[in-house]
Order: sequence, then C-alpha cells, then structure tokens
Amino acid sequence: MPTETPALTAQNVCKRFGQLEVLRGISLTARDGDVISILGSSGSGKSTFLRCINLLETPDSGVVTVAGETIKMRQRRDGSAEPADRRQVDRIRSELGMVFQSFNLWSHLTVLENLIEAPVHVQKRPRKECLEEAKALLARVGMSERGNYYPAHLSGGQQQRAAIARALAMRPKVMLFDEPTSALDPELVGEVLRVMRSLAEEGRTMLVVTHEMNFARDVSSHVMFLHKGVVEAEGRPDELFSGETSERFRQFISKERD
Amino acid sequence: MDLDFAWRTFVRLVDALPLTLSIWFLSVALGGLVAAGVTWMRVSGVKPLEWIARGYVLIFRGTPLLIQLFIVYYGLASLPVVRASIFWPFLRESFNCAVLSLGLCTAAYQAEIFRGALLAVPARDVEAARACGMSGLLMFRRIVFPIAMRHALPPYSTELISMVKATALVSLITLWDVMSVAMKIRNDTLVTYLPLIIAGAIYFVVNYIIGAAFLAIERHVTPHLRARPG
Repeated sequence: MPTETPALTAQNVCKRFGQLEVLRGISLTARDGDVISILGSSGSGKSTFLRCINLLETPDSGVVTVAGETIKMRQRRDGSAEPADRRQVDRIRSELGMVFQSFNLWSHLTVLENLIEAPVHVQKRPRKECLEEAKALLARVGMSERGNYYPAHLSGGQQQRAAIARALAMRPKVMLFDEPTSALDPELVGEVLRVMRSLAEEGRTMLVVTHEMNFARDVSSHVMFLHKGVVEAEGRPDELFSGETSERFRQFISKERD
Repeated sequence: MDLDFAWRTFVRLVDALPLTLSIWFLSVALGGLVAAGVTWMRVSGVKPLEWIARGYVLIFRGTPLLIQLFIVYYGLASLPVVRASIFWPFLRESFNCAVLSLGLCTAAYQAEIFRGALLAVPARDVEAARACGMSGLLMFRRIVFPIAMRHALPPYSTELISMVKATALVSLITLWDVMSVAMKIRNDTLVTYLPLIIAGAIYFVVNYIIGAAFLAIERHVTPHLRARPG
C-alpha cells in the first residue's frame, strides 16, 4: 500500500531563548485531514513549537517539511540556524494559514480588504476572483454583513472569525491555530469553536494549540501534550482522556477543568 | 491707521510669498529624501550605518538652524577649495544655499518622525503579514508604510509648519522673502509694527492652509478610527 506524503512533519525541533531551552526535541506528523490538538501548561513550549513550523520563530535544530517540501536551513557563524532560502519560507508560509491569539487583523483595512490582501498581493490571484471567494468565506464563518466593517468595530469573536476567513482565503494546505480562543470572552468562545469544528469536519488539516479541553477531546484526531519542552504524552483523544495515561497529563486536565 | 499704506505693504509682502513658498517646498522635499535615507540607515541593523544616521540627527537637530545656514552660505564660500570645485556655481547662489541648508536641517527632524512612525507599527500586524508569506518591499509597501504613514501625519504637519516659519531666516542671507521685505519696509518707513503684523498674518494664513490640508488627509485615511457604518 503506497504511503501518501504527510501534509506536515516536524522532526526533533529544538529551540532555546538564551539559556532557556524551550523545545527539547519535538516531533510531529500530520496526515491530510488530521486535527492535532497541542496541549500543555504555560511555558511548555506549545506556541513556540507552532511558530517554529512557519518560522515565525527559527528553530535551532530540527526539520520541518510541508507537503513533502523540506524547509532548507543553514548555520550562521555563531552556530544558530537560519532559513537558507527566504523565498521558500515566504512560499511555504503562504501555504500555511495561521490564526493568532490576538487575531492580528490589519486595523487600517476593512474585513474584506483583510481577506483579499494576501491572495492578491502574495499569491497574485485576480482581484475579482479573490473578492468573490472572500465573500463566500465570510458567509461560511457567519460574517456576511460585516465585510465593510473595520476590525475596531467588531467584537472579539467576530474578529477571530474574520481572521479564520482570512487564513482560509489563502487556500492553505495546513492551518495553524495559536490559542485562538484564549483572548475571548467566554460567551464568544463558542462561535469560534463552532467554526473550527466545521473546518475539521470538512477534512481540513489543522494544528491547534489550545486550552479548550472539550475541543481537544471531541474534535481532534490526535492530541499532543507538551511538558517542559518534550512530548510528555500523545495519542488519540479517547486514549489520552480515558485515564490510563501519564500522571502529569491527568494532573493537567484536572487543573484545566477547575 | 493709513489704509493705503497697509494695502501697499500687503501687496509687497504677497509679492515675496512665492520665494518663501518655493524655498519651503524645495527644502522640505530635499529633507524628505535625505530623511528617508537616514531612516533606512537607522533601521537597517548594520551598526556603522546606524551610527552615521544617529550622528546626522544629533548634529542637525542639536545645532541652531541659523548657524547651519551661515556655515553653508558664508562659511563654505570662504574656503578656496569650495570656490574652485564643481559645486561652486551651485553654492554661490543664496537661494540654493537656503534650500540646501534648510533641507539638511529638516531632514534630521523628519528622520525622527519617520522612525517614530515605524516604531508605532504594531508587531502583530507585521507578524500576520509574515505568516501570509509577505516580506521585504511587499510588506513595507502594503502594511508597514500605510500604518506608519498614518502615525506620521500629525507630527509631519507640525514640521512642515515649522519650516514655513524657518524660511524667515533666509532674510539674513540676502534673499527677499516675506520677512526681509517686511524688515525693509520697517527700516525705510520707520513704521515699527504694521509690516510685522501683516507679515505675521500672511504666515498664519499659509500655516492654516497647511494644517487644514493635513487634517483633511488624516480624516480621509482614518475611517477605521471613527464610528461604525450604518
């Protein structure tokens, strides 16, 4: 049986900030349609790991491969690593959609302008086509009437849904979510999780750093628990949440529940 | 008050306005170009370039414009090596010296305005751009510059208005701008205040127009800071 190329792999990613070793060898394989939740307490390195995948942080060592293409790295004179090919990094980033904790919408642009900005200027697609697709995506996330609004006029949940639509507008191969609901009021968390759930159900490949245990348990296909820079536990949600697993993970879930 | 005299004075001062405005416009434009270069060096990350940029701002912001003007006009002209060089035909004209000197001075202030504007661009907006695959010139053109420009508008209008008033100094290097004509009328007629008041009023109107123009630009580019539509 032929093995298909995984959508994304990370091998042995290490990262230190000065003396502090934040990531001590994290590996991950995401196949098409996988929804991988990355859990861990503050400082465990989960956001750093996610940001190493699209090189918003530069890993000190390790290999990241997206749709079979490995990001080329080289060593600087001081021993640290840097990407060898800036153009490749830009191109791979345009194939990965990222959703940030603080939404990171461009405040001087309307929602629609936010959505078509990268498709038009990075992917060089025709503006009319991008605009139509943007309107369809807004309808998908339930924001049809807000296309001409500016981010400042939207609630947190609306901004995050717009940000998700903006990531989708790039037609990404894999979507990266960095604590997408952590900055939201509890009442607004639900609308964003609903959108994410529908994306998972349509078969998108997603990596989600989150504190939402229910989402991790009910929607993901795979869960990874990071502790102090290493993968402490991982597996299918039903395996991990059932109780026959690492002590630290059980402690973590019980703390999150309170 | 002698209305006829007031009117004649007004006409003579307005006649000198084109010179004032052309010195202003050219020096601000020159200053803008130089400031862009200085700012680019300042944020380049290359240490020697950063030091040059910081040194430039230190000197041209830290010394009086009048001294800079005199050094360019009187000082350079007194050096034989300058008089023999290819720059002499340019530097012997007081108009050119005025534009050069005022331009170099405003460049230092404009460079700091640009630097402040760049610092005001939120890191989040830049990260979002990077995550979409933008970098370099594209990201600067589409994201960094539009945001920075909006932050730069209020201090930039202040600098432009400052420069209108700074042009009055060229009266001291034999140029017949509004200020020097006003002083001449004072000396010739011994009327102390009226020429100055009318000159002041003319400067005021020019600065009012500049201020209003910038306010209009600001309003046009910041709909995102006002109430939501509908």
